[in-house]
This record gives sequence, structure tokens and C-alpha cells, in this order.
Amino acid sequence: MTFASGVLPILTVVVVLVLLYRPLGDHMARTFTGARHLRVERAFYRVVGVNPDSHQSWRSYLTSVLAFSTVGVLLVYLLQRTQALLPYSLELGSVPEGLAFNTAASFVTNTNWQSYSPEATMGYAVQAGGLAVQNFISAAVGLAVAVAFVRGLAARRSATLGNFWVDLTRALLRILLPGAALAAVLLVAGGVVQNVNGFSTVITLTGAEQVVPGGPVASQEAIKMLGTNGGGFFNANSAHPFENPSPWTSVLQIILMLAIPFSLPRTFGTVVGQRRQGYAILGAMAVIFLLSLTAVTLAELGARGSASQSAGSAMEGKEQRFGIVGSTLFASVSTLTSTGAVNSMHDSYTAFGGMLPMINMMLGEVAPGGVGSGLYGMLILAVVTVFISGLLVGRTPEYLGKRIGGREMKLASFYILSMPILVLTGTALSFAVPALRADIEGTSILNPGLHGLSEVLYAFTSAANNNGSAFAGLTANTPWLNTALGVTMLLGRFLPMVFVLALAGSFAAQDRVPSTAGTLPTDRVQSITLLVGVTVVVAALTFFPVLALGPLAEGLL
Amino acid sequence: MSSSRNTVRQLSTAVRVLVVLTLLLGVAYPLAITSLAQVAMKDRADGQIIVLNGVDVGSALIGQDFTDDAGEALPEWFQSRPSAAGTGYDGASSGGSNLGPENPDLLAAIDDRRAPIAQLEGVDPSAIPADALTASASGLDPHISPDYALLQAPRIAAERGLEEGDVEALVEANTQGPDLGYLGESTVNVLKLNIALAQLDT
Repeated sequence: MTFASGVLPILTVVVVLVLLYRPLGDHMARTFTGARHLRVERAFYRVVGVNPDSHQSWRSYLTSVLAFSTVGVLLVYLLQRTQALLPYSLELGSVPEGLAFNTAASFVTNTNWQSYSPEATMGYAVQAGGLAVQNFISAAVGLAVAVAFVRGLAARRSATLGNFWVDLTRALLRILLPGAALAAVLLVAGGVVQNVNGFSTVITLTGAEQVVPGGPVASQEAIKMLGTNGGGFFNANSAHPFENPSPWTSVLQIILMLAIPFSLPRTFGTVVGQRRQGYAILGAMAVIFLLSLTAVTLAELGARGSASQSAGSAMEGKEQRFGIVGSTLFASVSTLTSTGAVNSMHDSYTAFGGMLPMINMMLGEVAPGGVGSGLYGMLILAVVTVFISGLLVGRTPEYLGKRIGGREMKLASFYILSMPILVLTGTALSFAVPALRADIEGTSILNPGLHGLSEVLYAFTSAANNNGSAFAGLTANTPWLNTALGVTMLLGRFLPMVFVLALAGSFAAQDRVPSTAGTLPTDRVQSITLLVGVTVVVAALTFFPVLALGPLAEGLL
Repeated sequence: MSSSRNTVRQLSTAVRVLVVLTLLLGVAYPLAITSLAQVAMKDRADGQIIVLNGVDVGSALIGQDFTDDAGEALPEWFQSRPSAAGTGYDGASSGGSNLGPENPDLLAAIDDRRAPIAQLEGVDPSAIPADALTASASGLDPHISPDYALLQAPRIAAERGLEEGDVEALVEANTQGPDLGYLGESTVNVLKLNIALAQLDT
């Protein structure tokens, strides 16, 4: 690996993110704190019957989130079940119940796990009218919850967190829609297709027939990346030349995934009135990000493992135009954000190279995480870190002048515990219940031995963290996995949101304790180091045993 | 207001919001982007279809295989990478093999690819580059490495009665460096190279 091929692409991404940090972070802060409504927003509120100047308690805010998401699941489910009747469906039939439930849960929860092959399952009406709409909406919901949490930290003696419908509307109209439209045009310019041509047939040079697919791909690709969704228009996702034609479109997609999550710490710092706190959160995210990126890249370039040794390089499941570094950069970013898009097939990665994306997700999607969810995830970890450091040095734990009492710590703990419980329960049930195990081993698992366990572990890790990437050899379109992963995605998304909003309500109700000489600072290098440490240790303690059964063993044997 | 009434009210708001947003984001947005793309960048928006003598022969972005019905390499054409899309380069069924790093099937597949290539090109098996032995992620990878293209040049020249230097020059002309000089790998587009080759013949 030379400096040019290995380091410059990462540097390019970092420079763009640095340039975006202030303007995008400040734009988002203005978006969510400004009192003025745009004319089009006022019209929208009138049509849907929302009073934009009313404020909601945390319970009411949560009810709106859950009501809206429930209706979202129902609509995506119905669209799939009636696909045969919808226009532009490429003569694809309606989607069966189990798969339709899994897909509806998947796209509403910002996961974009795909138990199906899109080319053979979803027509343009479902893709654009159902799935892409949720790509926008689920990201906006994540942003709204993050902003509500930040408001809770910034507020004093307040009973309210803002208005969900206003936050949702502004997130869509002022951030996601303009961003996606711009990105879509750039992607078309880079060769991503945008048509309604369906499948056409060409006669190749050797006289054979080849099918060439079409579709409104660029418009969906843009929000798929910007909203950290990750659901491919085609089965090969961002490895497909029509989704990601060149190295520079791949870097553009990487920047789109990272733009909002990495700028949100600025929004947070601005809203709470302490920009240094934003830099501290950003610092912790960036440290984990760069370490992980380096580790995945070195693992794949090292090409340990029988197949890579035999072929001479770990190119199985990778595209020539991206090469190793273009693939590992994408894989890291996609799993460190909750995107889950792939431009290479993780299942064929070397054992350690494939374990690292899994670890990225097991960290809880916080470096920088998904749109909105990454920020509130990292802030919860900051709360836990303050509590632990308070215990160590014997001081009352406070974060931004808010006391971390029993109720706050319980809510933070529930948040931290819910994801690992979902991952480990789902994986354990799949192997412990004889009937399920027979189905998993007989139908679902593609690769024999230890790698088979990794496929199932990866699936539940991906679902519980709302990532959506896969060791895609796994056949997940079975009654057990469609159901279990669907439920895991829903709980993995909305349980944490319940705890986050409850915690926000609790913080908002408090006054702000003035900081004294006895207050533990949270914006120093030591506190960033501690935050990184807590993030890594929590995940390591939880997941080391199961990793030892799968990828660790595979890589060491 | 009771909480159940509040929930019902919120649900009805949710339905109205979702309907309006679906029209905006699911209909108006993709239509606007499609219209713009079709007017301003039609060739790219349609997938850069290559037309030869009035026939659509493929997309510049989608790989093809150059084999006979039995899957044997046609020696007069540059060969693409192995493909796991359907029976090979099936545009309706993109995807990789997803075979794991220690899977015996993958090890066998690599060996099964190596021997015929070594024989076809008349080279030592250890000289074959990795992209020739491994299936891509999409199964539709339009590219091979310059190394693999140059490895094939002597065979192509012999089959077509061309000068080896001319074929190598053709490979050079069809080699694309990394974007901006440092993003991604050097590539050779096999379909474009083979079209150029066919035109060289005539």
C-alpha cells in the first residue's frame, strides 16, 4: 500500500468532513431552534392539521414517534402485499407476508436489512413509494429524537421537548430533501442510472442475450446514503455498477454517509451553548473511527486466510475498480454509521477483516453512528462515562449541569443493555432450540463450520443495531429469520428511543447545576479518552465470548 | 385529554402526514430527478448503452462474459472476471459468491479457475493475478486489472493473427488509471477493449 492509494482517499474524506462540520452543524442547529416557519411548512401544517407552535412532553413526543412509525410499517407492508396491482411493478407479484413484515420493519427502523433480492422482488412503485420514502422518514425520525434529547440537556425546568411534527418536517424539508436532490444529480453525473426502463435485453459481442436492469436508482441511492439507510436498489447494493459506477462515486457515497452524523456534534454543542462539548463528542467518535478504519484495511491487505493466500489477494467479493482499500474504507464507514450499504461482500472477507465490521456495530453505532441515533447513542455513553468517573473520584456525577441520579442512570443502563440482549438472545435461540437450529443449519447458513455461526451472529448484530449489512450468504428469507430479525429491528430501534426520550424528559425538568471547582469537566482530552474507553470496554465485555466462538476462532485456527 | 384519545389523535395525524410525505418524497421527488436526468444526462441516466451497427450490445458499466454455451472461454476475446451473478453476468441477478475465507468450495473454485487459465494463456499458474481467480461483489464487474489484460494479450494476438505489440498497445489505450490519480485501482473495461479489438480486425 502506498501513501497515495492508502492514505489519500481517507484524507480526502476527512478534509471534506472538516469543511462541512461548521456550516452543516450550524445549519442543523438553526433548523431545529429557529422560531420561524417557512411558507411551505405552514401550508403543510395546515393540510395535516398540526399546530406547529405547540410543545410536547416527552411522553407525547414519544407517542408521536411510535404512532408515526406504526403507520409507516403498515403502509410499507400494504404496498408490498398489493404490489401486483401497482403500476411500474415489472410484473413482479405481491410479496409474501413474512418477507413483507420483515421489509416493512427493516425500512421503518432505518435498518434496510434485505431478506430478498430486489431485482426479483420489488418493483419501482414499492421501491420509490414505500422504501425510499422510509429512507427519508426514518432518518428524519432519528434526527428528531436526537434533537429532542439535546433540547432536554439544554433546557431548564421545562416540561416539554419541542414538537415532533415540526422537527420531522424541518428535518425533511431543510436538510434531507435538498441534500438528497443535490446528491442524486451528482450521482447521475457519475453514471448512476435514473430511468423507468425496466429490464431491457442486449445482444452481446458473442451473440448471447444479456439482461440490463433499469430503475429510478440515483434518487434512491442519494437518500440511502445521506440517511444512513443502506438498502440497495439492486441485490449487489453499492457494488452494482449502476448504483456505484466509479471510485469517485464511491467516495461521494462515503461522504454522504458521514456528513450528517459527523456534523451533529456541532449542532449539539451549539444548541447547549458549549461548542467545546461538541468537539469532545466529535473527538471520541473520530478516534474510534480512525482506529477501526485502519484495522479493517490492514486485515484485508494482510490477506490472511486460505482463500486469499491461494488467490494472492483478498479479491473474492470485491470490485476491481474499488480494490482492497476502496472496499475496506466503505465497509468501515458503512458499519460505523448505521448504514449497512456494501460495495464488497463482507461474507468473503478474511476472518478478522469480517469480524471488524461486526465489532463496529457491536460498539452500538456511535462512531459516528446513524443519522441522529449516533449522536444520542454517544451522549448516553457520555452520561455513563460521567457516572463511572464520578464513582472513581468520589464526585456527584453531572453532565452539562444535569445531575445523573438513580432514575437517569437506570434509563441509561436500559439503553446500553437493550442492544446486546437482542443480539445474544436472537443468536442463542437460533442455535439452542433444536427445530430452529435445524432450519438455520439446513436452510439459512451458506458457509460451513465457524463461519456459519458468524453469519447468524452478524445478522442479529446488524438487525439490533439497525445497520442492515449482512454476511449475505445467509438465507434470511425463512419464517424464523424474517420474524426474529423483524422483531429485533423494531425493538432495537424503538426501545432505545423510549429510554432516550424518557431521559430527555428527566433532564429537561431539572434546573442546571452551576459548575464549580468540584465539577468533573467533560470537554478535556482525559474525558474523551475515558469516553472512548467506556465505549470499547462495554462492547468488549459483552461480545468477546461470542466473537471467540466465531470469527476469532476462524482467524486464529 | 386522556392518553388513549391522544394516541388516536396522533395516529390520525400520522396517517395524514404520511400520505402527504409519500406524495412528495415517493412520487414528486423521484419524478423530478428522473425528468431532470432524462433531459440533461440521458445517456448516463439510461446506463450508457453501447450501440454497434444499430444493435444494443451492452452497457459500458455492466460486465459480460466471453464464453461459449458451455462456459468455456472463447480464445479470440479478452476474458472477464469469474461471476457469481446467476450463471454468469446475469443482469437480473447481481451478487457475489459470499463464500467464506476458509470455505473448501471457494478454495476448490479458485483452483478450478487457475488451471484452465494457465493452460489457455500458456503461463505459470503462479503468474495469474487475483482478479482472474476471484468472483467480484456484483457479479457484473466490467473491469479486469491491467495485469490480467496484458497476460491475455499474446493469446489474443495469436488467435487473431495480430502483432502482440498492437494488442498490448490496445490494452494500454483502454487502461484507466485511478480517479484523480489516487482513488481506486487501475482498470481495463473488458467490453470496451473487446469492441476496440473487433474494430482493429476490420
